[in-house]
Amino acid sequence: MSTLKTILNTITGNVEQPPRVCKKCNAEIPYEKYIDNHCICPECGAYFRMRAVERLDATADKGSFQEIDRKLKSKNPINFPDYAEKLDKAEKASGLAEGVVCGTAKIDGTDCALFIMDSAFMMGSMGTVVGEKITRLFEKATALGLPVIGFITSGGARMQEGIFSLMQMAKVSGAVKRHSDAGLLYIAVLTDPTTGGITASFAMQGDIIIAEPKALIGFAGQRVIEQTTGEKLPSGFQRAEFQLEHGFVDIIEERPRMTYTLSKLLKLHQTK
Amino acid sequence: MSETKTAYERVQAARNGKRPMGSYYIEHMVDDFVELHGDRRYGDDPAIVGGIGYINHIPVTVIAMERGDTIEDRMKRHFGCPEPEGYRKALRLMKEAEKFRRPVICFIGSSGAYCGIGAEKRGQGLAIAENLYEMMGLKTPVISVVVGEGGSGGALALGVCDTAIMLENAVYSVISPEGCASILWKDSAKAPEAAAHLRLTSYDLLSFDVVEKVIPEAGKTDREICSALKTILLDEIAKLRGLTNEELLDHRYEKFRKIGA
Repeated sequence: MSTLKTILNTITGNVEQPPRVCKKCNAEIPYEKYIDNHCICPECGAYFRMRAVERLDATADKGSFQEIDRKLKSKNPINFPDYAEKLDKAEKASGLAEGVVCGTAKIDGTDCALFIMDSAFMMGSMGTVVGEKITRLFEKATALGLPVIGFITSGGARMQEGIFSLMQMAKVSGAVKRHSDAGLLYIAVLTDPTTGGITASFAMQGDIIIAEPKALIGFAGQRVIEQTTGEKLPSGFQRAEFQLEHGFVDIIEERPRMTYTLSKLLKLHQTK
Repeated sequence: MSETKTAYERVQAARNGKRPMGSYYIEHMVDDFVELHGDRRYGDDPAIVGGIGYINHIPVTVIAMERGDTIEDRMKRHFGCPEPEGYRKALRLMKEAEKFRRPVICFIGSSGAYCGIGAEKRGQGLAIAENLYEMMGLKTPVISVVVGEGGSGGALALGVCDTAIMLENAVYSVISPEGCASILWKDSAKAPEAAAHLRLTSYDLLSFDVVEKVIPEAGKTDREICSALKTILLDEIAKLRGLTNEELLDHRYEKFRKIGA
């Protein structure tokens, strides 16, 4: 907790973390209590979207994380209007250079490669840097013989990098395949929201796919489906429970048990 | 050689209802074509036509998005927007091609994967993800040709290839210009502006090294375009067939690996 606070205070430039306010029930939660409760509202049980650093703190063994490519930044490949400013703003707001944090770590003593997407940076959308960082992580894991755990949250491919963003879906898929062909485990953890090109690539390529309760997981946007088909969407459409019912995720796991479940799965795959 | 058109004029040309789509190229380029149906899981999606035939005596597997001709036909085919079953049929036919190391030619032309409740229930995201993943390891040459609109992930699901070819007036984009304009400026009427910013024309993609070849269209009849494409396909097939599986897959990996950052 104290390390986490230091990191968060550094990246956000705040002296103290302000209390968090629940979007569902408006409860105001002091930051310590918020973290102790796994970023879940103690009043109504709603899941907040976790920052990458919070997820890391809740998942990796203390002091075990070695970050890679922390400073990699977009080169604005198609010179998209206002994009450079948008990137600057996202960096200031999130304290991150891009939408994913990657590195090696231990989870309950087991070595793994870890990527954690952060929706505070342009909704975790994937442009060249997110694609490159995740590709490099899978390549590193393949070289080192490590399993990969990915915490996913993303609105999809990033429009502002055009065709370069789209091609990242293929690029990452290639690296996931090579990692898998080397006989290594990849667990995808889908958190709210996981949509578009991310669902259509590495989110659905895990050997094991875990979802957080009620997370929105799908390919097409809900408004687009309604407009295209004129149909009314059933309740719970594209939520984690819907995906479990239709056979697309293995497990829905509560956040307080997530690290335990990951550790158990990692260990099961280590025992020959 | 090239014709001067704005990006949005090319988008409109790519979408033109009279523009030849997958079936046209099959009819005019492929001999003894045998269409094969179904994904062996759930159904047969008419938005994707697949089968086997000869191009100049070389057996090939052809997989083509098809939007149809008449209005009834187009409704049935969702205007060429595939459902998960279409992508699964495509993958099944690619696997069959791999078994005989027969080259695969994919024709891309649709606004994207079909958006619907049923498509989501049957795993649209998974179907595309599986194609990207499996195509990266497919041990036979794959050539993708964008002949119309290459709409996002739904196009890429037939686009993981060794050689990517675009017709001059085809476009290929992460999002439609209308979608982009309505997100950026809350005004889909600004699509022409968005189209220019998205850099989605064949010449843009050639300059980015995302596609290897552009087939000129200006001043040419459909038959002439088809025949120019056929010559290039034969060339590429000959080149790719000379590679070992390892060389082929390394080359394919690198083709995508080098894109961006």
